[in-house]
Amino acid sequence: MGDGGFFDEMWRDAGEVREPYRRFNAWFEDENPRDLLAKQREAEDLFRLAGITFNVYGRAEAEERLIPFDIIPRIIANAEWQRLSRGIEQRVRAINAFLHDIYHRQEIVKAGRLPEGMLARNAAFLPQMIGVKPPGGIYTHVVGIDLVRTGPGQFYVLEDNARTPSGVSYMLENRETMLQMFPELFVRNRVQPVQTYPADLRRSLAASAPAGTAGRPTVAVLTPGIYNSAYYEHAFLADQMGVDLVEGHDLRVVDGRVAMRTTRGYKPIDVLYRRVDDDFLDPLNFTPESQLGIPGIMDVYRSGGITIANAPGTGIADDKAIYSYMPEIVEFYTGERPLLENVPTWRCSDPDALAYVLDNLADLVVKEVHGSGGYGMLIGPTATKKEIAAFRRKLRARPGHYIAQPTLALSTVPIFSRAGLAPRHVDLRPFVLCSPEGVRITPGGLTRVALKKGSLVVNSSQGGGTKDTWVLED
Amino acid sequence: MRLTIRHTTRYSFDAPVSHGLQQLRKTPKTGQQQRVVRWRTEVEGGHKELSFTDHHNNLVELVSFDRDTQSLAVISEGEVEIRDTSGVLGPHVGPAPLWLYRRGTALTKAGSGVRGLARTVEGETELDRLHSLMQVIHAAVAFEIGEPQTDWGAEEALAAGKGVCQDHTHIFITAAREMGWPARYVSGYLMLDDRVEQEAMHAWAEAHVAGLGWVGFDVANGIAPDNRYVRVATGLDYAEAAPVTGLRTGGAGEALSVRIGVAQQ
Amino acid sequence: MLGKTANGLFWMYRYLERAENTARLIETGQRIALTRSGASDLEWRPVLQTAGVYDAYLAAHQDVTKDAAIDWLLRSKDNPSSVIHCIAAARQNARLVRTALTHEVWEATNGAHMRAQHLLARKVGERDLPAVLGTIRQATSLVRGATHGTMLRNDIYDFARIGTFLERADNTARILDVKYYVLLPSVTSIGSSLDNVQWETILRSVSARGGFRMEYGNSYEPQDIAKFLILDRRMPRSLAFCVRKLRDNLGYLVECYGKRPEAWHKADHIDRAYLSHTIDTIFDYGLHEFIQRLLDLLSELGAQIEKDYRFYE
Repeated sequence: MGDGGFFDEMWRDAGEVREPYRRFNAWFEDENPRDLLAKQREAEDLFRLAGITFNVYGRAEAEERLIPFDIIPRIIANAEWQRLSRGIEQRVRAINAFLHDIYHRQEIVKAGRLPEGMLARNAAFLPQMIGVKPPGGIYTHVVGIDLVRTGPGQFYVLEDNARTPSGVSYMLENRETMLQMFPELFVRNRVQPVQTYPADLRRSLAASAPAGTAGRPTVAVLTPGIYNSAYYEHAFLADQMGVDLVEGHDLRVVDGRVAMRTTRGYKPIDVLYRRVDDDFLDPLNFTPESQLGIPGIMDVYRSGGITIANAPGTGIADDKAIYSYMPEIVEFYTGERPLLENVPTWRCSDPDALAYVLDNLADLVVKEVHGSGGYGMLIGPTATKKEIAAFRRKLRARPGHYIAQPTLALSTVPIFSRAGLAPRHVDLRPFVLCSPEGVRITPGGLTRVALKKGSLVVNSSQGGGTKDTWVLED
Repeated sequence: MRLTIRHTTRYSFDAPVSHGLQQLRKTPKTGQQQRVVRWRTEVEGGHKELSFTDHHNNLVELVSFDRDTQSLAVISEGEVEIRDTSGVLGPHVGPAPLWLYRRGTALTKAGSGVRGLARTVEGETELDRLHSLMQVIHAAVAFEIGEPQTDWGAEEALAAGKGVCQDHTHIFITAAREMGWPARYVSGYLMLDDRVEQEAMHAWAEAHVAGLGWVGFDVANGIAPDNRYVRVATGLDYAEAAPVTGLRTGGAGEALSVRIGVAQQ
Repeated sequence: MLGKTANGLFWMYRYLERAENTARLIETGQRIALTRSGASDLEWRPVLQTAGVYDAYLAAHQDVTKDAAIDWLLRSKDNPSSVIHCIAAARQNARLVRTALTHEVWEATNGAHMRAQHLLARKVGERDLPAVLGTIRQATSLVRGATHGTMLRNDIYDFARIGTFLERADNTARILDVKYYVLLPSVTSIGSSLDNVQWETILRSVSARGGFRMEYGNSYEPQDIAKFLILDRRMPRSLAFCVRKLRDNLGYLVECYGKRPEAWHKADHIDRAYLSHTIDTIFDYGLHEFIQRLLDLLSELGAQIEKDYRFYE
């Protein structure tokens, strides 16, 4: 049932089910498709009632949408997961070391492994972080590494999300929904739990509190507010961690600390898990017009009075031009060969690469260096002639703003539709927590699936859905 | 030379200020050519929240307004000892990497004016060319006593053909970066030979010359800084080296009075 | 607790209470229209006044008609006290304070919103009105039930209750304010059918007909109705009941926070200086003046609570 040369994670070509899906398939074959369709609708009702919605950018304020949920789980064998998680841990450690280095001595530049221009001409490099020592030495407390698969054992890192990765609430709610709807599946299959994530997050954040924090650290989640696309997740995480969900106007600098306005007066915060971008974090230090931020929080941070997670300036590690150097970065800081592969990437700032990209636009994926969420990208094979011509102009005008990659043959996992099982392309975003106590990776992560037949875009803002992701016990 | 300095900034507001913060960069730096013998900054109508050293090695103090205050005064006072090094400060020390000083900012964005000016610069050595740049700007932009236009960038000042020390400095560092030198803004005190009382701090530029390191250029006066110059804060432009950067809610309009006294001991 | 959270809880429950009150006013208005011969659309004027939306209604309409009044009260987007708007605002506040609510309370609130959006998406026909209002009342009752059944009795609960009772006291006072003249002894012509209808309207609009009959039987005496609605501490919508609850809940906050704020003193003052008298004393004071004074005091109390508990900066 593999579809046109794509690797299908459930089926071999001969229609033979792959090992991790064996028990699931046995169950599935006994089920009545009509009941499952009803279950699928039931899942949607559960999500809607729980308010698990996201707001779409550029739409009316009040519009809240569901991310479609598919009931067929994506299943990963433990051995495979162990391999992946070693690679993820290596990469995340390297990213942290890289961030520390570029904001201090910049050894990687001095060693000639990264051109100075990659930092000097990078808008995501935050000068205010130079020389700052984040509490515990951690820059990226929460990381999402986007992986895609092209064949047996063949994974690539598509993107590193080091600033504010989102989606973890869907990982948790998807599992919760599956447990509610199909408890029997979890009797037949031994699935590694993900539910400890909020407690792990809290422990990880608390462990990153500034030195000298007395007693149990006060943690809070900073949200841009209820109109933000990920507000549900912000509230969910605060709720699950049992900490306050704050907005900029709840906070101010009091006695050299960042404190929140409570019914009993101001209470200092030790660790702020912020889901607000750097630019909007502090109107005194960054964008003066920002209504979302806290004037002076950077000053408190620089004087050691608060932990900001993730640290300001980590966005540079998300940068797609920096991404192309990740193999060098991993080797430089870990002294090991990278365990996870990068997608080959052409940096259009390089004239030879640009020439190649312009000649092969119809076969390539072109991305903005600072873009995210699947916006502003060109997918050559599915683009119209007009779109390709428009991108050609953009590339010529500002080559440094773009990178290009080959179109990957993303693996497929079946989704459940009226017509039965149908293969669709997927990616995977595992979530990683870093603290002075170590690196912790939740088994699995968020599987995003392109619901449209043949589509390679899995972003929820562009018609993607999600699946529960299982890592089996041995 | 040993200078005593007293600097009082007094704000009065038309209405009570409900909340406000000010970042102060008012403490002279300690380095090879100057030594801070003693220095203290006091605040009336507000209090110090914290302090830290920023990426330009400036000491930054964060001050908050007392609730509903209608006046705020910041009084700095101290003694600094200076050596004359003919404007040469020596090799770059961090924390910011040298390349950062090649970056343009909103206030130091080169346009056709600055580029045109840079083309008229002559000289054999790097130092000659920088001195030539200083003289070209000194000639092109008349020094005018008065309030600086804080939102004026290098291009605007150059087009106006007049400005205060801040504008001269911006034009210089913009052109210097355009011509390939790392350059920075310096805010500080200048002892005047004819009087003690002054109304504003001074500003000058520094460019990084291979072999020599950082070298100062007082563009407004067309000379190299000597032992009458006290370096207080540095940055990519005025905004980063400003003695005060603030933000407040409430207070309505404000009146500002600045009194600076710089005297030789 | 964050000041913002206290504010969100306070308003979430105020809006829920207001949604119910508005729904009840619509039912009352509809009841009069159906049961009274010769009832004109003008009967909807006091209903709009009681809901505090008459001026805004007139700004948007030529005249008072039954259909327009019901639609204004039920589903107008321009009327901040319309049922649909109140429920949406309650739910918006619930989202804001999501971390303070139990899963059950959140789902009940979100469910109420989803139902209201569905039921009130189009104009509601006369035949469907009772069922729609009934469903909405059930949905909001479910939130109240979930609140009672699942929430910890801590400061979160106290702020929820304070919002509820402040809104309720305000609502009862406004009903009395609009109808006070029919309760005055001087203008009564005992037993006239006109007055009977007026009194019944008042009792209906606070869901108190049954309770009143239990206490006073079938004969409506205006003083008894006034006493029941103002001073009866057993009647859950009376001013005395609501203000005592306000004081009690502010008192629980004192236990929790260890400080007796100005708001508590204000509530205590209203209770002792205004609601611990006989109904005759109130008539002597002047019923109209009394109600006006109470409305002012309640609004001052609301402002004081905001201030004491740092709802805003």
